[in-house]
Amino acid sequence: MNKTVSTDELLADDDGPLYVAHKKVYPQKVSGTFRRIKWGLMAVCLGVYYLLPFVRWNRGLGAPDQAVLIDFPNRRFYFFFIELWPQEIYYFTGLLILAAIALFLMNALGGRVWCGYLCPQTVWTDLFYAVERWIEGDRRQRMKADAAGMTVNRAARLVAKHAIWLMIAWWTGGAWVLYFSDAPTLVKDLATFQAPAIAYVWIGILTATTYLLAGYMREQVCVYMCPWPRIQAALTDEWALNVTYKYDRGEPRCSVKKAIDLRALGEKVGDCIDCYQCVAVCPTGIDIRDGAQLGCIQCGLCIDACDSVMRKIGRPARLIGYDNDINVQRRIAGKAEVFKPVRARTVVYASLIVAVCAVMLYALLTRTLLDVNVLHDRNPVAVKLSDGSIRNGYTLRFLNKRGFDRVIAVDVDGPANASVHVVGLDSVTPDRPMIIIGRDQTTELRVLVTAPFDEKAEKSVPVTFRVTDIGLGEVATATDHFVTP
Amino acid sequence: MSEHHEVDSVSGRTTTGHEWDGIKELNTPLPRWWILTFYATIVWAIGYWVVYPAWPLVTGYTTGLFHYSTRASVTEELANLEAMRGEKMKVLGNASLAEIEKDPALLALARARGKTVFADNCAPCHGSGGAGAKGFPNLNDDDWLWGGSLDQIMQTIQYGARSGNAKAHEGQMLAFGRDGILKPDQIVTVANYVRSLSGLSTAPGYDAAAGKKIFAENCVSCHGENGKGNQEFGAPDLTDHIWLYGADEATLVETITNGRAGVMPAWSGRLDPVTIKALTVFVHSLGGGK
Repeated sequence: MNKTVSTDELLADDDGPLYVAHKKVYPQKVSGTFRRIKWGLMAVCLGVYYLLPFVRWNRGLGAPDQAVLIDFPNRRFYFFFIELWPQEIYYFTGLLILAAIALFLMNALGGRVWCGYLCPQTVWTDLFYAVERWIEGDRRQRMKADAAGMTVNRAARLVAKHAIWLMIAWWTGGAWVLYFSDAPTLVKDLATFQAPAIAYVWIGILTATTYLLAGYMREQVCVYMCPWPRIQAALTDEWALNVTYKYDRGEPRCSVKKAIDLRALGEKVGDCIDCYQCVAVCPTGIDIRDGAQLGCIQCGLCIDACDSVMRKIGRPARLIGYDNDINVQRRIAGKAEVFKPVRARTVVYASLIVAVCAVMLYALLTRTLLDVNVLHDRNPVAVKLSDGSIRNGYTLRFLNKRGFDRVIAVDVDGPANASVHVVGLDSVTPDRPMIIIGRDQTTELRVLVTAPFDEKAEKSVPVTFRVTDIGLGEVATATDHFVTP
Repeated sequence: MSEHHEVDSVSGRTTTGHEWDGIKELNTPLPRWWILTFYATIVWAIGYWVVYPAWPLVTGYTTGLFHYSTRASVTEELANLEAMRGEKMKVLGNASLAEIEKDPALLALARARGKTVFADNCAPCHGSGGAGAKGFPNLNDDDWLWGGSLDQIMQTIQYGARSGNAKAHEGQMLAFGRDGILKPDQIVTVANYVRSLSGLSTAPGYDAAAGKKIFAENCVSCHGENGKGNQEFGAPDLTDHIWLYGADEATLVETITNGRAGVMPAWSGRLDPVTIKALTVFVHSLGGGK
């Protein structure tokens, strides 16, 4: 049945049809298993984020000694013992694939655990809430203070809160830029205003986003901006464990006293006493008892809140817990609960993760630290010389990924009696040009291969450039073609 | 706002008043900050109109507060680029040709500069890769009419050949037929003799001795006794496998009858000395240099 409302009523309503005003959420303090897990994960995540740039790693003279460094000017990425070059960007593709599948696996096992425990938005919002609670007090005090209006004491508290928030936000931006330059030097430069402008710009941007997203937008980021809730809704299945209100046990809701009386009479009474503790602690301000919903980030704080209430009234814990609809139905039907973490979906995700890890590890362990790429001249593809022999030109790019200069020799396997010449090089060894490649560098050289004209030979024969590190014996090859006009 | 707004009893929300086949649309409003962001973009757009060139007028357009122009900024960027290059080009200008070629960094710089200059100025005749065409030498091979050393290549680029420049290379293939020096049958005979010099087949019944005699009387002054050519006059080596205009009998007859005098323009007035230097190194490094 629809009832008609008058225009006046609509216009008088603050929640007019154009927009909904933000309803402020006042999450209450809570303690319990999941809150402890969240504190622990927050400490780990923030600890890694803020401190990682300061971890040192000895790579020898002249190389950066920062464990994790994205060196844009020199186009190098350092991750502990790994040094990646731009052409090895596929490792990042692998990491992204891993991250995606890991997210799918998490989702198949425990719903939006990523959202509840690990997402930066959750972690920083949680931290900001902790600051807010510390300065302004818990839920009731904050609500009262907001309703009461401004006083000197309140203004002072607000200033303090925002100052601490901004400090955290500023450090968040500050830690970010440290990943792109030598951290101790940059900290010094930042403090003395010697750092490049771009560093200040990025700190400014990330200070602003952290402050806004964690201080103001909070749950709205999850509800309005983030695509993951929508995607995960399509990825989840009936076996995934989600934070669930076990309505088979909770309904009908009833006060504690009445419940005792009714139970004595042998009537069915639910365990939920409608105390709203689960709603009060929810950082996104939802009522979990309404079932699975977009706003739920599965942080499990309502489980802690409900458990403590259940303990107080002497009922078993986990009226709200990680559960799924199959088990709700099974319990209603009087059957035992079943949990299936191992099923086709999770096995596929897990094996994919293992496979991608294995491929990446293999690629990483077998990658060469000496490499050569070849590009054949296209215009002209082949040149006839005055003595009738044929010459092809190639551009060879040599890569030395080691931390020292190396002398390498260039050999050619291809057409019969071929000779090789490196442009700009006076060959000490005429048949085998030797070149020096600087440490951690690439060198591009023009190489000419000349061979006598052979009428019987194919128009195009494969030619392999073999470069050998004279000292280490490391060999790299690249194959192209030798063409006759 | 019309009076059609209703409250949906299931969701407790108002409807928009739109109805299709009995299905009513719920009013699901955006959050306030979202709407405000939208309004902010509108305000931003208005600011854009004012600050940047935007409004087309009858004979022009509004130029905006700061008279911003993409053309002006491109010009500025190009000037910056030239200034930036200035330093590097100075280094190139101070180094000798041989030094440039020995230093990998300078060589790369000269080749990069030379490549673009070549594409702009030389490619129309010599081809974008320097492969040449009939009458236009291939710069990738090792046959050089006027010499293929770094200095000789630079000399040729600077002053050209038969270009009218005072320092240009001079010398041309005479029109033996047109000028009546040789008779047509003599030309055919000497053409076959020239083919035999580089091991090409000769026409049946051709008189080798007569050919040799005609060659000795008319051609050796430029092409040399053995037909090895002379870079002084740009006279090609007739014993090698490279033929600028072609080696078949008809082409040779045409060449001997009417002569050849291809022109290479002088670039010294048109390109600055450093650019010519870079171009020289580039051409030399194509592979044809000696």
